[in-house]
Amino acid sequence: MTNPETTGTEAHGTAASGAEAGPASPSRLDIAAGEWQRVSLKYIPVDMIGTLIFGAIATAIAFVPFWVGWAEGWLLGLGVAAIFVITLALTPRRVRAIGYQLRDDDLLFRRGIMFQRFVAVPYGRMQLVDISRGPVARAFGLAELKFVTAAASSGVLIPGLPLAEAEQLRDHLVAVAETRRAGL
Amino acid sequence: MTEPRDEWPAPVAPPAPEAPVAQPQRPAAVNTAAASTDFADGEWHRLHPATPLFRGGLAFLAILGVLIVNLRDRFFEIFFDEGEVPLPPSGGDLEADAIDYIVREELVLVALLAAVGVLLLLIAGFYFSWRLHTFRITNEVVEVRSGILFRTNRKARLDRIQGINIARPFVPRLFGAAKLEISVAGNDANVPLAYLRSADADALRRDILLLASGAQRSGAEPAAAAGGMGGMLDARVSELLSPELDVDLVAPTSIVRMNPGRLIGSTVLSDTMIILVAMLVAIVVTSVVTGELFLLVAMFPGVIGIGGFLIARVTRSLRYSIAATPDGVRVGFGLLSTTNETLPPGRIHSIKVSQPLLWRPFGWWQVAVNRASRSSQNGAAGQQQTSILPVGNLDDVRAVLRLLLPEVANDASMPVLELGLSGTGTEGGFTVSPRRARVLRWFSQPRNGFALTDTAVLLRRGAIWRSLIAVPYSRTQSVSVHQGPLLRALRLAWVQVHTVAGPILPILGALDRDDAVRLFDEVAASSLRAAATDTSHRWRQR
Repeated sequence: MTNPETTGTEAHGTAASGAEAGPASPSRLDIAAGEWQRVSLKYIPVDMIGTLIFGAIATAIAFVPFWVGWAEGWLLGLGVAAIFVITLALTPRRVRAIGYQLRDDDLLFRRGIMFQRFVAVPYGRMQLVDISRGPVARAFGLAELKFVTAAASSGVLIPGLPLAEAEQLRDHLVAVAETRRAGL
Repeated sequence: MTEPRDEWPAPVAPPAPEAPVAQPQRPAAVNTAAASTDFADGEWHRLHPATPLFRGGLAFLAILGVLIVNLRDRFFEIFFDEGEVPLPPSGGDLEADAIDYIVREELVLVALLAAVGVLLLLIAGFYFSWRLHTFRITNEVVEVRSGILFRTNRKARLDRIQGINIARPFVPRLFGAAKLEISVAGNDANVPLAYLRSADADALRRDILLLASGAQRSGAEPAAAAGGMGGMLDARVSELLSPELDVDLVAPTSIVRMNPGRLIGSTVLSDTMIILVAMLVAIVVTSVVTGELFLLVAMFPGVIGIGGFLIARVTRSLRYSIAATPDGVRVGFGLLSTTNETLPPGRIHSIKVSQPLLWRPFGWWQVAVNRASRSSQNGAAGQQQTSILPVGNLDDVRAVLRLLLPEVANDASMPVLELGLSGTGTEGGFTVSPRRARVLRWFSQPRNGFALTDTAVLLRRGAIWRSLIAVPYSRTQSVSVHQGPLLRALRLAWVQVHTVAGPILPILGALDRDDAVRLFDEVAASSLRAAATDTSHRWRQR
């Protein structure tokens, strides 16, 4: 860790910081690296509210065939509802699985339990950093940080950061990107 | 008009329109020494005077011509028999009626005035749009100002140039004009300069590339000998016939000779052609079987479209050329309308050599690249200039690879690259999918793998449709490793190397988990190392 102020953010991190979320299994992906910074636990209700709203709409749409007169249509609606209930139930674990590390020259980001994804983005490749806040996230004092490179597929989006931490992280990223500037 | 040169670099008004006089003493910030045109001198310049004609003015003239021809008889009557205007019986076409009406009401003068007014307005519009469309090239940026009512001002940094494209559509080409397009990274982020004199366009391209290269200017270029008026026709003809106009850079000759037979053969055997034939067969069979002809009609546009695509592919690629210049690789396409684009070094983000199934007996390959910019000019038939080699044999592929990525495809790594094209197994340092990945890679498991060279990561895929993707570390944006439930059950994972968007997606699936993590770590570390030392975007800077 190069920057002391970002290590200070661990205070926000959860008790689970560092501990692996998800079942230990010999075939799971794991990057042998240092301590993971976790996102705020307050992001769990934010994510759940988002899932609830979206799930309610999707379920309502899935029930349309039933109301129109397809007798077995309730199966479809129930299936969609079940998917969202499962998603909802897994939200806490999924949020705990989101993590990032500020390594010397690159940002390492992970998310997902079922579908794991690890990304390493060199600071020098940064094109811009976005901080955005949805209405629900704002109510909880959270923001999400997006690290954009020239490749659309890089897609590093760190949700659930307390606003102050997000801004600190942004300033840190901009600063280190400036010292390690690379071409396109 | 004020004299803007005194006020540089705060230009207020554009300088005199044509051919600015040579200025021996310019501000020190302005490059002069190597400029073979006066365009790259940091001052404002205008485009080719005939520009309005090429951009729609020709259509305007044609419409005007048609009108005049149609009304000629009328005009004769009006101007020579004005005394007794015979009123033709009503019921003629609308146009005649309108003329008759005008004549009958003695509004000839008004109508003529109105016509002249519209004409003047249009000409004034064309004139001012040309006059207000100015550009300049300084040490740092190229800047274009245009628009009459809605002014636009676009600046592009020279060190961000991804390519320079010179296009010569057929009609402007007859008049010796060309369109220069400077591509910078991003969508719709190009700076077109349309149109310039052909020779100017070539010289300007060289100047811009020289400025972009970060080279310290030194030594004067030989001034191009100006032919007299008598030589003008000759010059036009030779311009039309010669694909490349750079007199000073005549040395770069194409390293790949496009063989017409191979081009046509490869088109006939391409996947698109197979789809076309399959469609045709399906249409004919269903039509015959069902006796309905509507399918024939319904599918016709699609067939025409695909057929047109294939024909365009052949005509565009017939005069394909690829050559090395000091400032990058130049790729040329086109028969009547030509484009040729210079890609400065370090602008190739990834490269893919692939072989459609039916090409294998002939040993043909095609090469595509990912680039950060989108040129509006199409390469080989609508492929957005990403198809760098439409078809070639192994020797051509070797030559093109050496040209495009000299640091990746050198003598040391060429055997590995060739193994990547047609080899299998772990030979040459490749790491391939484990045997348990057979479930997911039925035929390609022994081929599906990667190799790490000093400068690039090579991804080898496919046993039936073979392909090799090379991504130089200096151009990778980031890297990711993924695993879903299915792959986890097999202890596998997949890796994606992220580059700018394009036709190439550098993904390698079904790798052993540990190999995938190793690939991830290696690429992440190597790209950091490469980014720190890479200077190819300022390729002449010491």
